[in-house]
Amino acid sequence: MTHEPWIAQLDAYLDGELESGAMQELDRHLRECAACAAESLRRLQWKRNVHAAGQRYVADPVLRERVRKSIARGDAHAIWWRWPAFAAVAAVAMVLAGFGIVQYKTRVVRENQIVSELADLHVSTLASATPVDVVSTDRHTVKPWFEGKIPFSFNLPELQGSPFELVGGRVSYLEQSPGAELIFRIRKHLVSVFIFQDRAVQAGLPVNEVRDARSFHLESWKQGELRYFVIGDTGAEDLRALKDLLAKAK
Amino acid sequence: MCVAERSTAGFEELALPLFDRLYNFAHWLTHNRDEAEDLVQETFAKALKGFSSFEQGTNFKAWIFRILRNTFLNSRTGLKAATVPLDVQDDDAALPVEKETPETILIDRASERIMQEAIEELPVAYREVLLLCEVEEMSYQEIAATLTIPIGTVMSRLSRARRALRSAVTEKLQRNAS
Repeated sequence: MTHEPWIAQLDAYLDGELESGAMQELDRHLRECAACAAESLRRLQWKRNVHAAGQRYVADPVLRERVRKSIARGDAHAIWWRWPAFAAVAAVAMVLAGFGIVQYKTRVVRENQIVSELADLHVSTLASATPVDVVSTDRHTVKPWFEGKIPFSFNLPELQGSPFELVGGRVSYLEQSPGAELIFRIRKHLVSVFIFQDRAVQAGLPVNEVRDARSFHLESWKQGELRYFVIGDTGAEDLRALKDLLAKAK
Repeated sequence: MCVAERSTAGFEELALPLFDRLYNFAHWLTHNRDEAEDLVQETFAKALKGFSSFEQGTNFKAWIFRILRNTFLNSRTGLKAATVPLDVQDDDAALPVEKETPETILIDRASERIMQEAIEELPVAYREVLLLCEVEEMSYQEIAATLTIPIGTVMSRLSRARRALRSAVTEKLQRNAS
């Protein structure tokens, strides 16, 4: 009797992931086959060992209490936990400000957070020894690489005849949403293009805006259901040219 | 009770019971107590801020673990960890079946310390899927939602993670024996 087809199902069986028919069939087999039953027991023991070893770290009760209090206060910025005085000053300022001002500031703060996060991501890319996970100048290699890794697809432009060169891409995250980061080279500058689902980002950034983000230029626009951000230290006109190429990509 | 208070109370009820689990997972990801504490605080802040977008009745645990994991991936440590390449692609053909050998019997008796060291050394893509399955006891569907990857990828990555762990434990035991 060959045991391999049964043993191949054991992990899914022990994880409780087999369909009920297959589960019952394997159950029956394990009652009749000592070798497979022993292997099943061995794997179960291994799972228990990993489970026990994995419960390794215990949080400081002080941290738990700090988090609990912050939730009770409704704090939504981690930084407030670390600098309570800042929180107090900010709270007073918000009470003094009118409702309209608060709304305006909230939008500006949110915009600045997104711009700052994108600038951080771009800086990380520039600083990384391996800035891309898929290294290719071929759009027909880079685009398919993202399939199954992000919840949407996008088009890449034909760059022949343009000053831009595709370097590669990687998966990135903004506001807990996965998206694509594409790296382009123009002359000696690297430019990051971030693409996210617009509803996931809900950036509220004005369409077709070029703005400064910590010495970088940033261009943002919405295209269909996607939100594009292009960021780099090259000139604003270069970013616009790359935007035009991306917008026309089919 | 106003809407904001109800929302905060609802969030606290769902999120606080997961605090210890989130911290444990954060520490495994960062390898560092201070970074893990920052990561957990950041996660709770982001989750509270985004709680209005959480769809009631869906899986809160997968939702908040996803926030933690994404926050980690965008941190300095996370970006560094994510660049460690896996030996193989996730969608490679199925792995051959492991059979019991004297070696496998030996590693079943590995001490907790050796096991922990081996988990710690796994690439983050293997470590996270293994911990979510074995420690958090999430279903493949929940893991897929947490890591935003297809279920097929969860299964192949988990299989490779288990194999990599066994191999790392074996190596450590052999090194200790010699």
